[in-house]
Amino acid sequence: MDAIYLDHAATSPVHPDVIEAMLPVMKQTFGNPSSIHQYGRKARQLLDQARSVAASSIHANEKNIIFTSGGTEADNIALLGTAWANKSKGNHIITTVIEHHATLRTAESLEKQGFEVTYLPVQQSGQVSVKDLRDALTDQTILVSVMMVNNETGVKQPIQEIGELLIDHQAYFHTDAVQAYGICDLDVNVLNVDLLTVSSHKVNGPKGVGFLYIRDGVQINTIQFGGEQERKRRPGTENVANIVGFKKAIELIAGEKDQRLRKYQSYKQTFLETLKELNLDFAINGEEEQLVPTIVNISFPGTNVESLLMNFDLAGIAVSSGSACTAGSIEPSHVLSEMFGSEDERTVNSIRFSFGLANNEKQIIEAATKVGAIVNRLAS
Amino acid sequence: MIYFDNSATTKPFPEVLESFLKVSQQFYGNPSSIHRFGIDAENLLRKAQNQASELFGVEQEEIVFTSGGTEGNNMAIKGIALAHQNKGRHIITTEIEHPSVIEACKSLETLGFTVTYLPVDSNGIVKFADVKQAITKETILVSIMHVNNELGTIQPVEAIGKMLKEMPRIYFHVDHVQGYGKIPLDMNGTGIDLCTVSGHKIHGLKGTGLLYVKKGTKLFPLLHGGNQQSNLRSGTENLAGIVSLVKAMRLITEKSKTHSEYLKELNQQLRAELLAISFIKINTIEDQAPHILNISIPGYKPEVIIHALGERDIFISTKSACSSKKTDESAVLKAVGFSHDRTISALRISLSYYNTKEEIELFSRSLQRVVQQLSKVMG
Repeated sequence: MDAIYLDHAATSPVHPDVIEAMLPVMKQTFGNPSSIHQYGRKARQLLDQARSVAASSIHANEKNIIFTSGGTEADNIALLGTAWANKSKGNHIITTVIEHHATLRTAESLEKQGFEVTYLPVQQSGQVSVKDLRDALTDQTILVSVMMVNNETGVKQPIQEIGELLIDHQAYFHTDAVQAYGICDLDVNVLNVDLLTVSSHKVNGPKGVGFLYIRDGVQINTIQFGGEQERKRRPGTENVANIVGFKKAIELIAGEKDQRLRKYQSYKQTFLETLKELNLDFAINGEEEQLVPTIVNISFPGTNVESLLMNFDLAGIAVSSGSACTAGSIEPSHVLSEMFGSEDERTVNSIRFSFGLANNEKQIIEAATKVGAIVNRLAS
Repeated sequence: MIYFDNSATTKPFPEVLESFLKVSQQFYGNPSSIHRFGIDAENLLRKAQNQASELFGVEQEEIVFTSGGTEGNNMAIKGIALAHQNKGRHIITTEIEHPSVIEACKSLETLGFTVTYLPVDSNGIVKFADVKQAITKETILVSIMHVNNELGTIQPVEAIGKMLKEMPRIYFHVDHVQGYGKIPLDMNGTGIDLCTVSGHKIHGLKGTGLLYVKKGTKLFPLLHGGNQQSNLRSGTENLAGIVSLVKAMRLITEKSKTHSEYLKELNQQLRAELLAISFIKINTIEDQAPHILNISIPGYKPEVIIHALGERDIFISTKSACSSKKTDESAVLKAVGFSHDRTISALRISLSYYNTKEEIELFSRSLQRVVQQLSKVMG
């Protein structure tokens, strides 16, 4: 029995075209982009082309894109780099309680080193409030970091409004767009963001690569030191093949975007309708209007997340209780705890379903039917 | 085509590509996910980690996978410094380290650490006695490369490790990026606490590498986040890259067992042929790493020679690819004390187990012709 993969927000299958784009690079264009001979120059050209594609995808200039080893590294550079480089302007940072751990743990680390960090709360809708942000801003604030789409609930955050609010403030604005990329329209100038994180493996690209957009003029330190790669902002021989694979993934998501999103949206609708037809007791966590097409987080009253996950997995349905990045542990979701309070039963009976490349309509109905049967059995 | 720039990067083994392909297609789960896709990925990750540890002669939990040599070096140096600064704030390294070590140390200087950059002798080798003498009661870290990336000289890391083993307060990091698969280095009981390896220098893929972290060694993490890899390196593991790295490690280890003499022969042949050309100065002393030979052709700009060779489909480099964009002068050769005309005219020839005697012959002849032609042009 082939298992059904409904965990695309954790990681996504690599698109066959992506692999096809990478292999010739590994075989033939294996030079070090810093080498001045032909092998190096050809590798450099590939790198430049990929940078240009990555930049266009967010309406940025290619010189403002630095490739990283992934989303975690990009978030770390954005936070640590701007915090330390702008300490003279203030030591206050604002982020939210629902960020990915790559942001939260980095902010906590900065707190230990003397920065003051405000973690904005989240409303029941799953959104942070722009008013809360406005109230938290001080003349000491040097950085605001708010994710664009929450990875556990799929709820979009008011990035454009926050961007507007910060236009006249000294604080830089970073958004972790890992879950938004390929789904939401991203224009760094419309959003007024100064830094933006993207990861490849969430959009059917290879693991081990991502990029960080850094607006012109942003004062930022590096977190690693060495060669002068990536405009001196990220040393280390560039992972050319992965970057080319990432480029291919970007081209693929841009090429068929509307069609793809309609498809995923219909998967989600089919999934929810099938659950309804089974007379299942369930509730969507977060404001439904604000969800991206690919993610839905559902609470099943009277059940427990551990037995849900175990039974789903046995039935061949791969889902998650939240972020995969809590390294294999099943802890109550920090996002749902912040939305509903840590005592609320939704924090221990909710499952994230995320749709994508590995799915088809038939699988969705099959998965929903199995989910319904399991939930009905466990909740009774 | 003659590719003699294997210290900059290498051509991946076909088997490495196969591993990458297979894992990318079949094991796309996130190793942190607890469903079957994740568990399959996690099991494969553990298996790769176990194999890497066996090849490295260490324990499984002592292997941390990184995005490459630069990250390994940064993680080791910044990680030790920031985690142990309460015990002291002095670091010892050398003037001939890779930029990822030198620059990481310089960044620590801005945070108030004191760094001693030891000189090297006229052969390009750091003196054991200098290391010993530099140690103070504030010293917490010694970072010395095994094989220098520009000269190929082997540093006395085994002797240094033996000494440091008796000083448990001081951590010892070895940048083994150029040595791995060429010059064996034992981790067991040798006093080495941290050791960096890069995938793309051993016919693996770019963006892969590992750091050996001896059990019980506390590091301040470079990246914060999901606490993957025993809290030492957050970020979704690049599983296909990791499996392909371990494959490259296995293949280069096998090759080194059977072809170590062969590589030495290539080196000797190259040295003998270049020695016979009057205008070439050889900068690397004998009996060093067999895959690197550094030479100077005083009076000729290295880029000009590299381009002329490139037209003949022959590829060598000036110095470290990671510093190719700066001035012509090699900081490493300068540290050795070579005259200015030699430090600005250096060329690095770096071999792999897959180069041949015929390639060496053709290279030597081509180099000679290229220089003769250039000398005519320059009149």
